[in-house]
Amino acid sequence: MSTAFAFALVGVGLFALGLFALMVYVHLLRKIIAINVMGSGVFMILVALAKRSAEATDPIPHAMVITGIVVAVSATALALTLMLKLTAASGRARFTDD
Amino acid sequence: MQDAVTQFPWAIVLILLPLAASMIGFLLPRLAMTLGLITAVSLVLAVTGLGWQIHYIYDGAFQHAVGGWGAPLGIDLYADGLSLLMLTTTSLVGLGVSVYSVLYFERQQALRFWPIWLLLLAALNALFLSADIFNLYVTLELLGLAAVTLTALQGGKAALDGAMRYLLATLLGSLFYLLGVALLYHSYGTVDIALLSERVEATPAIWAALGLMGAGLLLKTALFPLHFWLPPAHASASAPVSAVLSALVIKAAFYILLRLWLVIFSPLGEGAASLLGLLGAAAVLWGSLQALRQTRLKLLIAYSTVAQIGYLFLAFPLAGAAAVSAWSAAAYLLLSHALAKSAMFLVAGNLLHFGGHDRIADLDRVVQRLPLTAGAFALAGVSIMGLPPSGGFIGKWMLLETALQQGRWDLVAVILLGGLLAAAYVFKVLGHALTEADVMHEPRTVPKIMEWSALLLAFAAVLLGFLAVPLLAWFDVSEVFVISGAGP
Repeated sequence: MSTAFAFALVGVGLFALGLFALMVYVHLLRKIIAINVMGSGVFMILVALAKRSAEATDPIPHAMVITGIVVAVSATALALTLMLKLTAASGRARFTDD
Repeated sequence: MQDAVTQFPWAIVLILLPLAASMIGFLLPRLAMTLGLITAVSLVLAVTGLGWQIHYIYDGAFQHAVGGWGAPLGIDLYADGLSLLMLTTTSLVGLGVSVYSVLYFERQQALRFWPIWLLLLAALNALFLSADIFNLYVTLELLGLAAVTLTALQGGKAALDGAMRYLLATLLGSLFYLLGVALLYHSYGTVDIALLSERVEATPAIWAALGLMGAGLLLKTALFPLHFWLPPAHASASAPVSAVLSALVIKAAFYILLRLWLVIFSPLGEGAASLLGLLGAAAVLWGSLQALRQTRLKLLIAYSTVAQIGYLFLAFPLAGAAAVSAWSAAAYLLLSHALAKSAMFLVAGNLLHFGGHDRIADLDRVVQRLPLTAGAFALAGVSIMGLPPSGGFIGKWMLLETALQQGRWDLVAVILLGGLLAAAYVFKVLGHALTEADVMHEPRTVPKIMEWSALLLAFAAVLLGFLAVPLLAWFDVSEVFVISGAGP
């Protein structure tokens, strides 16, 4: 098993862990962090799979990851703002019915 | 000189114009509304120009390499009949909603609404013009963030709660989609849809990619049972926003799914198509029954969207034997649902403005007092039910015909039953609108322009019933198959 493949497996693990946390925890901050962990998992898979052979590395997945990070940062900023607004409106940082 | 006219880059205008207007709108909020209206009108013209070019200059499909780079290294813009259908739907609904929004929002809200609304239009147009699966991911995220922000604009506990659910659902969907992109890129070394279609073969990696991308996109399209986020978000947003969410935003995810299915995944499986059809049938029945049970108008319309999305998925199992007629039916249903459903949400906005509530049982003689609005709801209802002569009728009839030809009696039953249930919930609203309610209330006047924009959208949905032949030729979805074989 190559190092790249091991990293990809870790990425899958992070994705699954994040998905589990997203569904299980009710606090919105935990849900937002869970989404970010899932995202990091996907990015890790992309970077790991970019290593196609011992000497050559494909740069395109790296470019994708950079784009993905920009998206993730803005999405997280929006999510945190929404969470604060919702907390101010309802008094609790969680969905109203659970 | 002639070249300058025939080669005018309409497709680029479709993306850059709303984007630039949005940025200027953020910087100079006082200009935002004027810019928004000008943009909305220009988009209709630009789509017409692009359609003309596709048919008479580019022979079926438009392609543009951004910055002269070209695929596989650069980003390509691409448009064919299916893209044209989506772009036209966007521009028509966009124009109606823009005109409606002029008087709907209060001053402070309007300052925030217009720039984000223009950004959403830019994201939608860019999505429908994308030719590679990674660019689709980026535009999908842009669209999702703009849509969530618009939902939250309404303020208040319900809207913020709905927006937060929507945000988590849409981010989750995007991540599943991105993981699928990673797998496809790793297996085939390209993200260009046309190149993928040439290289793809039935391997475990592509099954995993189909599963991941499919799950993500179904979540974003809100197909039963992944529709849980839709009713709270669509029902709590302000009326023009709900109209756009139901009419356009969920259709964008459906468009990606359809495009990928047609070009990449369709040779792979009968099983996946049957599953999508089954979920679609369940969505039609479940959504309609839920709509019937609602006591608030906006929730009723939101559940009706869940049901109508189901119809689009009924085309998947039918397309195996009769591809062109099944996809034409889905395309026509998509267009007429977008027009009718946006009209319905605008009507709900008028009623909310008029009486201060949207409880169906307390609609007090709306038909006499707001005849244009009630007429808009009735016309939109005709198309949603699928009664002749409306766009919804043509779409459902073509779907029904295809199902009959293939002896799929289960799907025939679902289509007919869905129509009956739709009639039940539309007449439930109209019945209460005709009669006097127990609770009297002090009505506010509704601006005529808000009534007319709803009515014209509903009227357009009915008008589609008369224009089926020329429109189906204009939005030629069968072109997609030609291109999928050869690659542009």
